[in-house]
Amino acid sequence: MERRTIFPGWLLPVALVLPQLALTVVFFLWPAGQAIWSSATRTDPFGIHTRFVGVENFADLFIDPLYIDTIWRSVLFCVCVAALAMGSAMVFAVAADREIRFRGLYRILLIWPYAIAPAMAAVLWILLLHPQIGLIGRWLNRIGVAWDYKLNGFQAMLVVILASAWKEVSYNFIFLLAGLQSIPRSVIEAARMDGARGFFRFRTVVLPLLMPTVFFLLVVNLVYAAFDTFGTIWAMTSGGPGKATETLVVKVYRDGMVNQDIGSSSAQSVVLMLGVIVLTALQFRFLGRRSGGA
Amino acid sequence: MASLVLKDLSKSFGNVAVLHGIDLTMQSGEMLVIVGASGCGKSTLLRLVAGLEAPTSGRILLDERDMAPLDPAERDIAMVFQNYALYPHMTVFDNMAYGLRIRGLARGDIKARVESAADMLGLLPLLGRKPRQLSGGQRQRVAMGRAIVRQPKLFLFDEPLSNLDAKLRVQMRAEIRRLQRRMGVTSLYVTHDQVEAMTLGDRLLVLHQGRGVQLATPMEVFDRPANTYVAGFIGAPSMNMLPATLSHGGTAAVTSLGAVIPFADGRRPGEDGRRLILGIRPEHVALDPAGVVLQIDLVEPLGSETVVIGRLPDGDLFSVKLPGASPSAETIGVSIPPDALHVFDAETGLRLPGGSAP
Amino acid sequence: MNGRIDWPAHVVLVLGAVLFLLPIWLVVTGSTLDPDAIARGELSLVPRLGGLGVYASVMTEGSPGAGPVWRMLMVSAGMALTIAFGKIIISVLSAYAVTFFRFPFRMTAFWIIFITLMLPVEVRIIPTYSVMSDLGLINTFPGLTVPLIASATATLLFRQTFLAVPDELMEAARMDGAGPWRFLKDILVPVSAANIAALFVILFVYGWNQYLWPLLVATDPKLDTIVIGIVKMIGTETKTEWNRVMATAVLALLPPIAVVMLMQRWFVKGLTEGDK
Repeated sequence: MERRTIFPGWLLPVALVLPQLALTVVFFLWPAGQAIWSSATRTDPFGIHTRFVGVENFADLFIDPLYIDTIWRSVLFCVCVAALAMGSAMVFAVAADREIRFRGLYRILLIWPYAIAPAMAAVLWILLLHPQIGLIGRWLNRIGVAWDYKLNGFQAMLVVILASAWKEVSYNFIFLLAGLQSIPRSVIEAARMDGARGFFRFRTVVLPLLMPTVFFLLVVNLVYAAFDTFGTIWAMTSGGPGKATETLVVKVYRDGMVNQDIGSSSAQSVVLMLGVIVLTALQFRFLGRRSGGA
Repeated sequence: MASLVLKDLSKSFGNVAVLHGIDLTMQSGEMLVIVGASGCGKSTLLRLVAGLEAPTSGRILLDERDMAPLDPAERDIAMVFQNYALYPHMTVFDNMAYGLRIRGLARGDIKARVESAADMLGLLPLLGRKPRQLSGGQRQRVAMGRAIVRQPKLFLFDEPLSNLDAKLRVQMRAEIRRLQRRMGVTSLYVTHDQVEAMTLGDRLLVLHQGRGVQLATPMEVFDRPANTYVAGFIGAPSMNMLPATLSHGGTAAVTSLGAVIPFADGRRPGEDGRRLILGIRPEHVALDPAGVVLQIDLVEPLGSETVVIGRLPDGDLFSVKLPGASPSAETIGVSIPPDALHVFDAETGLRLPGGSAP
Repeated sequence: MNGRIDWPAHVVLVLGAVLFLLPIWLVVTGSTLDPDAIARGELSLVPRLGGLGVYASVMTEGSPGAGPVWRMLMVSAGMALTIAFGKIIISVLSAYAVTFFRFPFRMTAFWIIFITLMLPVEVRIIPTYSVMSDLGLINTFPGLTVPLIASATATLLFRQTFLAVPDELMEAARMDGAGPWRFLKDILVPVSAANIAALFVILFVYGWNQYLWPLLVATDPKLDTIVIGIVKMIGTETKTEWNRVMATAVLALLPPIAVVMLMQRWFVKGLTEGDK
């Protein structure tokens, strides 16, 4: 994909691209390089001696049952968040695609939540689910459920999944609605005349045509759940109680900044890097276009 | 008022040669139409003159100045694009003023020029609008206005009418002609539409597969086409082409059906039996009850005329254009009047003019 | 379908709207209530007009755990605007260079920029922190913003749009005498205005909502963004004055929501069109 008509000369474009290249080298490539380097080193507890250990950090990671636990926990978390966020967004999008009154209003009401920060979603849900002051939290305790996500690991996981999925619904909604609207009306009408009704029509005609959007959103949602949810989780539970809500990215932060275990944290970063690269590569291979959002 | 000379101009894209040795000398104030089928290289030729592409070999001289080292902006040439290429975010006024602003003209001068051009084109009430608020014909005129205000040495038109509907095309054709005559600017106009070519050009350059095949006035191209390609391209419906051989010592031709047609304009060189192609325009075919029988396949009534398409006894397609209403028979008799005959060499396709020595 | 009300759709959509409005409304209401009442669990769905004074108070004095809210709002606004404008400018220039010109190592430059897509900040936090430290950018405003300006999504989006600009538009401009700078300034940028508007929304929200990065890079409370501030407030297990926390939350949410609502049409167009 190139332009046929271009401007002559090379000095100007080099000057134009230099700022971004410089920033990329300094803030992406150099740290990434350092991460890879650090992942292959280990520092003694006093921070004085650092030695090169090759893939030992990685080996240690993968034989550590806690790390494996974290991986499974993260996978569970990501899948639940993606499923919940995409499923509800789909329901809303289908409803908003119909020819009903106040359609425009409903859309605005489902689009504005895009502005909410992951950390703010946490704050809002804390205010709702807090055992003492949250509307829902108090109600649960009143009806006999022993509700305290600060103490109960299962409840903590539930809470972070809920808050994380809630935040992402809006983004999915925007894309799914656009996807639905790009399906030609004539195709739907043909299906209706062929006798396909309701969910059957959705499953056999609409959904297949929506697949590119769905696949794209799936990748975006998984990446979101894996990384952007740091704010939500850290604000709500700090990865606790214990390790109940410690996902991979939370662990990287905790091991690196809190526990100062640079080697292990870097190794984990590298593992995550590889995961993102694979996911993004898959996305581009299958879609051939860029991803949306920042 | 500028003269344009093209000397042996050629262009290849990689291994693909698109233009071969085009020679052209234009008179000042002339409207020259470059016409040919799609892919014949006419747009490429225009873009070479504009400076948007560089020639592989040959020279372009405007007012005797070699254009090769000059950027498009420096050539003092204005171009009207096929898709108008209006700046979508600027008003009509700004679209026309843009080139002048870049050249640093004073505000007052710009305003005067733009308004004068807008007046000429009937655009004065639209000066404040944006392109998306205009119809196709209006956008077309803005594109022309943009070229006019530049007061260039040369106008280039790249199939400007092809995106308009038929009726608008006829209207705009006349307007372009009128404007060009009035302004007297040397103009190069590219089209694949032979009617446009015939009506607009002072002279035509017919291009075929990157080669200039004929450079002449419209009537000359019509009456004396240089080869079978030009003969078939200009005129609608196309000229009928019949295989024949030279006979009677070069003074007549014998068609494959055996009809003998004497030459009304002199002999043709070569030996009897030389293979020829005879051309006769459908409108020149004569109805002759004693002539060759044409089996009618299709009758196209056009109102003032009728086109009859049929088959000759040997199976060849043949068309006849008749004034008035259509014949109701299944066959008609046709013959070729000798004074409307065109003679071409069968091998080269070139026209064989009459009056050569035996 | 005409004339009959589609109840299922309405119900679903109303539920959806409520799902997002309810927490916000509760927070708005809660901010006006008496903090002790909240701590006792007496929440209501109706705001108490007398409690609106909390906003002024929180702006100037802040809450236990965080400084004055007006300062945090300034930091957040500064961050969001710097990131939005910075990223747009850099990306327009890079995308322009890569699509409208040819130069040696052009594609290499493009791929290097492209790689950044695969490296969200969460993946390189520790080393980026040490780079910042080496550059002396910890606890500085540039430290907060500059590393977030470099990533590639905007560049890719602009590249996509620039590739689609009609050849004739560029040729007409060339013939009018426009060189590369003029073309960029007078034609390309205005024509891409919708994309730029959409990106502004996306990047403003992105910048405003940052949590991990400011957490890492700024320990000086004067550089707290409002998002950081709120989480800090919640974190203090001492007597949290919940009405102040809620008021701060409302203030934290208003600017990004306002930006999204005001520019909603361009925003949706820009997000979805780039993909199709």
